[in-house]
Amino acid sequence: MRKPIPLLVAALALLLLVPVAFPHLKFVITLAVAKGFAALGVALLLRGGLISLGHAMYFAIGAYATAFLGSKAGVSDLVLLLVASTAVAALAGLVFGAFLVRYRAIFFAMLNLAVSMVIFALTSKLYGITGGTDGLRVAVPTVLGWAPGKAAFDGFLFYLCILLMVVLGWLVHRYLQSPLGHALSAIHTNEVRLEYLGVSAWQTLLTSYTISAALAGLGGALAAMSIGHVLPEFAFWTESGHLVLTAVLGGIGGVAGAFIGSVFLEILHTVAVGVAAEAWNLIIGLALICVIFFLPRGIYGLIEARRGSTKETGL
Amino acid sequence: MTSNSASAQPLLRAEDLAISFGAIKAADGVDFALQRNEFVAIIGPNGAGKTTFLNLVTGYLKPHRGNVWLDGRPITRMAPRRISRQGIARAFQIPQLFTDHSLIDNLMLAIAAREGIWQGLTPLNRRAYRDEAMEVLELLGLAADAETMTGTLPEGLRKLADITLAFALNPKLLVLDEPTSGVSSIERFRIMETLMNAMRRRGLSALFVEHDMEVVQKYADRVVVWNAGHVMAEGTPAEVMSNPEVLESVVGVV
Repeated sequence: MRKPIPLLVAALALLLLVPVAFPHLKFVITLAVAKGFAALGVALLLRGGLISLGHAMYFAIGAYATAFLGSKAGVSDLVLLLVASTAVAALAGLVFGAFLVRYRAIFFAMLNLAVSMVIFALTSKLYGITGGTDGLRVAVPTVLGWAPGKAAFDGFLFYLCILLMVVLGWLVHRYLQSPLGHALSAIHTNEVRLEYLGVSAWQTLLTSYTISAALAGLGGALAAMSIGHVLPEFAFWTESGHLVLTAVLGGIGGVAGAFIGSVFLEILHTVAVGVAAEAWNLIIGLALICVIFFLPRGIYGLIEARRGSTKETGL
Repeated sequence: MTSNSASAQPLLRAEDLAISFGAIKAADGVDFALQRNEFVAIIGPNGAGKTTFLNLVTGYLKPHRGNVWLDGRPITRMAPRRISRQGIARAFQIPQLFTDHSLIDNLMLAIAAREGIWQGLTPLNRRAYRDEAMEVLELLGLAADAETMTGTLPEGLRKLADITLAFALNPKLLVLDEPTSGVSSIERFRIMETLMNAMRRRGLSALFVEHDMEVVQKYADRVVVWNAGHVMAEGTPAEVMSNPEVLESVVGVV
């Protein structure tokens, strides 16, 4: 039952070697992990049977919160920035979610899309506040009093992303194993029965929605620091679509799936652009078709299948 | 409230319950009472409003008129999840299970729901829940299928599995909608025997809709006959079965 762990540990060890072995991939992986958090948020909702086509908005909210707090409120500490940005995204998730999780299926997907497009419009039109389509610059933060240069910070951020991925990934895994996490997947299979057991589907989904918004917001904050700039495009619907794709591609059987999908896509993208600058979209498209045809449970399904069990216990 | 007055009043009471769907009066001023430890069967022709009554009692439908009390407390118009917490557990005509979870996971989730679903990061799969779930499964003769995905269980067992979910809530009243429909006649009595034994051992009361008159005669303490949205007759199985009106409209014997 615990077979995925050695494989995941091996993959993690490989990731940790990236800055030494492939320094040019460091930025790519940092960004992949940051987006992985958002994809994990989407994957959580997929467990409850809901597809959000607007989750990039929380990624953008986290990113813009970091940019704002840095440039307008003078917050420069990394820990404060991450915590505050995640909290802002979680709050937004709680407020929008209270209304959105009343809906199911295509209505839920479309309403998320609609709200995200409002956020996109606001970020691109309110030039005086958000910098419009120019976006906002994000200064290199300090780390508990240490003021690193950009290069040193990037190195630090890489390892921080990996650490957060492991710690938060484990916490989300624990959440999915808890009664509330099981109730989430139970909504997918039988909402009526769940209500008759005395559990509120709305509360269960709202909790999950808020957690998913927080994860996406954290990802956005990390991405903002890594890129050093935020843009309205972060909230654009193609980004939301990309997150759903990442979650499905990676597989929702385990928490690791979202990160595997994200790293896979980012590396594939980098390689494809290098090999065929004009046709990278084609290469990615073909790779996706292959995964969807041959790995219906996502890339994570490869690890899961080795256990010969369909129980959802994967990390 | 003293225990005396609590036991003097019926466990479930409905008064003047009414609901209509368009021109059809599915419940038309129904008065109903069920005492503690009673097994009451509801019979009646198709469309008489039997399942509607269960839906009204369990909160799936809101009555246009009238009230329902459980243990003297009003439960009218409460949502199903609140009524479940008040002590009415329901099993369905078509089993409602978490089909991609194992049977024991289904049970553990029901137990966790009863105890309060907000339990931080403590795993669902824990010793206390597992032991209790196995106890309920043994009581209903399903222990051997504990690890089976409920979606792959045969129909008869799925029916019982659905009932065990209701059992796991430790309800005061069990509401069963045709517990033996869609099950072979031999299996039917086996299910009912298991169920009745389990209910007696837990001291449960039950309200069940049933079509099979043999099952009703054998297991019900009291029978309530439904017709066109109201109670047409009630009494012991023997009394009801000797009522010519009932025989004509329900059993189909002229």
